[in-house]
Amino acid sequence: MTASLLFFYLFAVLALVSALGMVLNTRNTVAAAMCLVVTMLALAGIYLLLDAYLIAALQVLVYAGAIVVLFVFVVMLLNLRSDAFPPSRQLASKGIVVLLGGFVLWRLVLLLPGMLPAQQPLPAGFGGYQAVALELFTRWVLPFEVASFLLLAAIVGAVVLAKRRLDSR
Amino acid sequence: MPLDVLIKTLFIVLVVVGAFAPVITWIERKQSAVMQDRVGANRADVMGVTVLGLLHPLADVIKLITKEDVVPAGANRVMHLIAPLIAAIPSIIAFAVIPYGGVYHFGDTTVNLVVADVDWGVLYLFAIGSLATYGTVLSGWASNNNWALLGSLRGSAQMISYEVTMGLSIVGVFMCFGTLKLTDMAFAQDATFRVFGFLEAFGWMHPLPAWLSWAQLPTWGIVLQPLGFVLFLTCIMAENKRPPFDIPEGESEIVAGYFMEYSGMRFGLFYMSEFIEVVVIAGIVTAIFLGGWSIPWLPSARIVAHVSATFGDGFANGVCMLLHVLTFFAKVLLMIWLQMTIRWTLPRFRYDQVMDLCWKIMLPLSLANIVVTGAVILLIQGATK
Repeated sequence: MTASLLFFYLFAVLALVSALGMVLNTRNTVAAAMCLVVTMLALAGIYLLLDAYLIAALQVLVYAGAIVVLFVFVVMLLNLRSDAFPPSRQLASKGIVVLLGGFVLWRLVLLLPGMLPAQQPLPAGFGGYQAVALELFTRWVLPFEVASFLLLAAIVGAVVLAKRRLDSR
Repeated sequence: MPLDVLIKTLFIVLVVVGAFAPVITWIERKQSAVMQDRVGANRADVMGVTVLGLLHPLADVIKLITKEDVVPAGANRVMHLIAPLIAAIPSIIAFAVIPYGGVYHFGDTTVNLVVADVDWGVLYLFAIGSLATYGTVLSGWASNNNWALLGSLRGSAQMISYEVTMGLSIVGVFMCFGTLKLTDMAFAQDATFRVFGFLEAFGWMHPLPAWLSWAQLPTWGIVLQPLGFVLFLTCIMAENKRPPFDIPEGESEIVAGYFMEYSGMRFGLFYMSEFIEVVVIAGIVTAIFLGGWSIPWLPSARIVAHVSATFGDGFANGVCMLLHVLTFFAKVLLMIWLQMTIRWTLPRFRYDQVMDLCWKIMLPLSLANIVVTGAVILLIQGATK
């Protein structure tokens, strides 16, 4: 129990620090992306502590291992500099972010004391791939298929856009 | 409990990183020499003793450690320092879930020869493997060198593309064994099936004549999923970025690719992690497709039954364990030999050929493999019910 608590605080602090590192680091985009990877890994660790093994593995595999790699790929191709955004816009966007974030934080803190439910024993096989797959392919099969069609539409759209640009050249 | 985990971790790290990886640098030199009709490494000696050139790995390490460690001007120092670590660590920790032996009982104690026996072992391997991309990406980006950057761009595109196909090519095996747990897969492969058993199942020949029942094959992944084996081996070799998939390094085009600005032991770390990956690939392929630690046509229950009749149960389990561990590493050596042979046989692909192979040939093939496997499994289930 104490070991898992220790790991929870370790991962929580890591996630917060790296998330701040990502947001506050505007000079070096690749370093910011690396901070995002650390945040993802720390979140995966917290999922593991919650017995959600499949989500933890997918978090690392999909988010840290594929999506952020694509971010870095694009950043390296574009080679963005800090002067890419004019300072006036930066100030405005920062102000909006602070306002929105403050609002969400305030609501969360207000909700927090009443939100925590009593601890319940987990059903057998919780968080494993069998349990998730059974739910996904029986009860939630329609939303699952709709989501996959959405992704298919996005892929087709991307191909059409890229093709048009190639043809016009 | 933590003590035996520690012992198993030390064992596997010492065997893979300490023994296999240095020795296969020697195997690679000797095998390429044989294939090219040369003598190969034989000069390094201590007092005139050369031991077949086996001292070369030692000489390499001494050379790499004593070399100057250069960080190029204009490089991002921190990223440049940690990139080799990010490249090396995933390949070392991947062996945590690969079983190099089965489960053995010595009186009250049970020995399970795997460091972490987790339900989602294959997912762990994929997750760890996907993180290895960052070593390639960061090393090229942090070097402040256009060739290195080109190398890491190529590397990240190649690794992400092949990850997709690698994941899909192995789904057929999950369907056959019904598990993602590598230890369960190894146990499922420790058996045989009758090759012509389907004649009986579909009622075409009932009962099966004895001369057809004799034909039995082990239930290995390579027997049940031959196409999956070829696809998976190709993808995982492309992930390792060794020839014929070494376009991120491509000496003739981009000097040395993503690690061209590295020297000394940090270059050595890239070099070593490539060889450790060769061992890890051999281990993964052995565990999933070549039956892991199982001896073909000789299930462990039969070994234990035979030996325990005269020598007792504990001794029988010990003999079984020894045989299984030796079998596992023999199969790993076979897979290392196969990878080396492929590496020294095929020339480097062009960049567009590598991408075409992945997206236009192997991805449709692996999807077709999943569909056909599912149909066959449904047919067999329907016939045996």
